[in-house]
Amino acid sequence: MSNSPIVKISGLNKWYGEFHVLRDIDLSVEKGERIVICGPSGSGKSTLIRCINALEEFQEGEIVVDGIELGPNLKHVDAVRREVGMVFQSFNLFPHLTVLENCTLAPIWVRNIPKKDAEINAMKFLERVKIPHQANKFPGQMSGGQQQRVAIARALTMNPKVMLFDEPTSALDPEMVKEVLDTMVDLAREGMTMLVVTHEMGFAREVANRVVFMDAGQIIEANTPNEFFANPQHARSKLFLSQILR
Amino acid sequence: MSDITSSAFIREDLVAERPAPVKTTGFIGLVRTRLFNSPTNILLTIAGALLLWFTIVPSVKFLVVDAVWSGNDRTSCLAETAGFAVGACWPYIQAKLPQLIYGFYPEAERWRVNLTLVLAVVLLLPLLIPRLPAKGFNAGLFFFAFPMVAFFLLHGGGLGGFGLSWTAGLLQLFDDSIIGAGQAVLSLSKSSSIGPLLWVVGNLILLVGTAIYWLIYPLTWLRDQLQGTGQSVWTDFAITAVVVTLIAFFLGGGVRAGWRALASSIAAFVAVAIIIKLMGLDHGGLPIVQTNLWGGLLVTLVVSVTGIVTSLPIGIVLALGRRSTIPLIRIFSIAFIEFWRGVPLITVLFFATYMLPLFLPGNFTVDGLVRALIGISLFTGAYQAENVRGGLAAIPRGQGEAAAALGLSWWKMTSLIVLPQALRHVIPNLVNSFISLFKDTSLVSIVALFDLLGSLRASFSDPKWSTPSTAFTGFAFAGIIYFIFCFGMSRYSLFVEHRLNAHRRN
Ligand SMILES: Nc1ncnc2c1ncn2[C@@H]1O[C@H](COP(=O)(O)OP(=O)(O)OP(=O)(O)O)[C@@H](O)[C@H]1O
Ligand SMILES: [Mg+2]
Repeated sequence: MSNSPIVKISGLNKWYGEFHVLRDIDLSVEKGERIVICGPSGSGKSTLIRCINALEEFQEGEIVVDGIELGPNLKHVDAVRREVGMVFQSFNLFPHLTVLENCTLAPIWVRNIPKKDAEINAMKFLERVKIPHQANKFPGQMSGGQQQRVAIARALTMNPKVMLFDEPTSALDPEMVKEVLDTMVDLAREGMTMLVVTHEMGFAREVANRVVFMDAGQIIEANTPNEFFANPQHARSKLFLSQILR
Repeated sequence: MSDITSSAFIREDLVAERPAPVKTTGFIGLVRTRLFNSPTNILLTIAGALLLWFTIVPSVKFLVVDAVWSGNDRTSCLAETAGFAVGACWPYIQAKLPQLIYGFYPEAERWRVNLTLVLAVVLLLPLLIPRLPAKGFNAGLFFFAFPMVAFFLLHGGGLGGFGLSWTAGLLQLFDDSIIGAGQAVLSLSKSSSIGPLLWVVGNLILLVGTAIYWLIYPLTWLRDQLQGTGQSVWTDFAITAVVVTLIAFFLGGGVRAGWRALASSIAAFVAVAIIIKLMGLDHGGLPIVQTNLWGGLLVTLVVSVTGIVTSLPIGIVLALGRRSTIPLIRIFSIAFIEFWRGVPLITVLFFATYMLPLFLPGNFTVDGLVRALIGISLFTGAYQAENVRGGLAAIPRGQGEAAAALGLSWWKMTSLIVLPQALRHVIPNLVNSFISLFKDTSLVSIVALFDLLGSLRASFSDPKWSTPSTAFTGFAFAGIIYFIFCFGMSRYSLFVEHRLNAHRRN
């Protein structure tokens, strides 16, 4: 942890028209750190992590990812996106491509890796998420949990330095949540830097170094999971936890 | 307790298989379950049978039973000689077949048309059969090499120069029109009330024109030097090849990643060189056959194939432009699409044929067939743009976001993720437009191009074959030809749709 943070967000402000979604966000993430972001619906969690890989633009502030600077004019977008992997709530696999093609597309077209090598590499990641035998299926032929694991593998094939997860288990049936969370726990154990938006408090307790609680576009409280769950400081955090941990 | 025991059951004798009491399979089954199973269906069956009776029977009677199959002129197709009410007069079609296929294309040169058709089939068929390999190479041949070869085969003629001369010629034309405009404004200034202003503007334009003249002077000078030598085509070709290859190399990534671009550029130029050599384009090529001699099925195919092949890319570009976030591109695309969709094809063809020449600079003429081709391509392109847009609208936003999050650029995202999905959604609509384009090609006959239908109508006036059934026979024949092509496209599109949508079946 001696060197500089891998993600550093400072003074980030964003508006949708007149609506001030993100307000004075400051957050820095060390290499290998796992951060869980939680908060009520509409508090700006998705918007925040989508700013990190420039899927959303912002009006004020600065985001530095692995030394690459992303200002309001969104220079260096491509360089940042190459370092940051993202997993979406609705999987967003490419339905017209097989699982293997989903996982080789970006390495081949963005990193210019030969197809053969890309396939070998992709199979390695599919094995890691435990679906190598489905490599030639189309996404539409798989369960939600399997699709989400493919989505994780797809992001990993680009060897990202940071992984962003936006409610990766919210669209899944309860019995599939566990298989996806297990995959994410494995990933955390291997030392991946992760920013996870989730309401899975069990996951937060198990792997997070820090829980960041957001409300109304601002960071209300950030603490270790033990501290945060045991004695939340802010009134809003208390209210939120009392509702979610009923 | 007693309830439970009484509901227990153990089978003692297994039930043997036996036939269904009412037959549900075979012909009788079909008749019973599908055709006569309810009062409505009985009615529909009877109505259907009557319809078939009143359409199929007369058609077969006309085309086959009452038809005359051989003869040398109209007399054999007359009721008096045949001894019965004559249906189709097939010897007439036989006699006119060359005209229906080639129009007035000189007889001695017709092998060129045949060769072009054979080439087209040989290149197209393997492209349509998914199992065959080397699709990229094959597509390259069909979409880039073939049009070039086909042009020099069908039209004939050779090359006077190559890329350098063409660029120089175009630039010079551009410069000439600027200078022309400047002189026009200057001459206006003498009679106008705002004379001095016009004088200034005119001289400014002239100044720009002169500046461009000197700017492009090295190019035009080089061209004139080349024209002087005997080997102008090959020298020009070599210069063009080197320049284009170098540009491709540096745009492709230079020393680091440009080698692929370099190799494909060299390969393309070698292919072009082979074609030039084989067809003798460097010394005149084949005798020229002007397009006003082309006709029949040849024109129909040239127009429809060109229209089909060019309208889809035009449509894709326009559809993407219409969704662009850059206002200028979006407005241009919308205006373009709405303009072409707003005017009837006939107007477009008339405009292209009779009015376009008035707008072009004086010494610049475009062949009549080419003008019609451009008009039809742009017209169909506008329709295809709306089809493609429908497909684009069906792609969820998350697809683009996922691609962007993986680091794909806009171009790669569009060509690898968005378009492939969008086009699959709209295959039926695209083919629908292709089919209607194929039939609309018959409209070119109103601008003095003799397509299949035009040649057919021209042949009606031949007194040698004027019989009561000549026109019917001709239209029946044309109908059959159109139907074969359109039905073929329709069936093939179903096949493609089924194949490309494999991912949507579980
Ligand atoms: N494109 C948009 N235009 C206008 N407002 C938007 C847009 N996208 C999101 N918002 C608003 O911004 C706020 C934050 O949205 P965001 O999706 O970040 O919330 P969230 O914390 O992820 O909520 P959830 O838990 O429901 O996913 C919400 O009030 C939402 O209505
Ligand atoms: Mg959200």
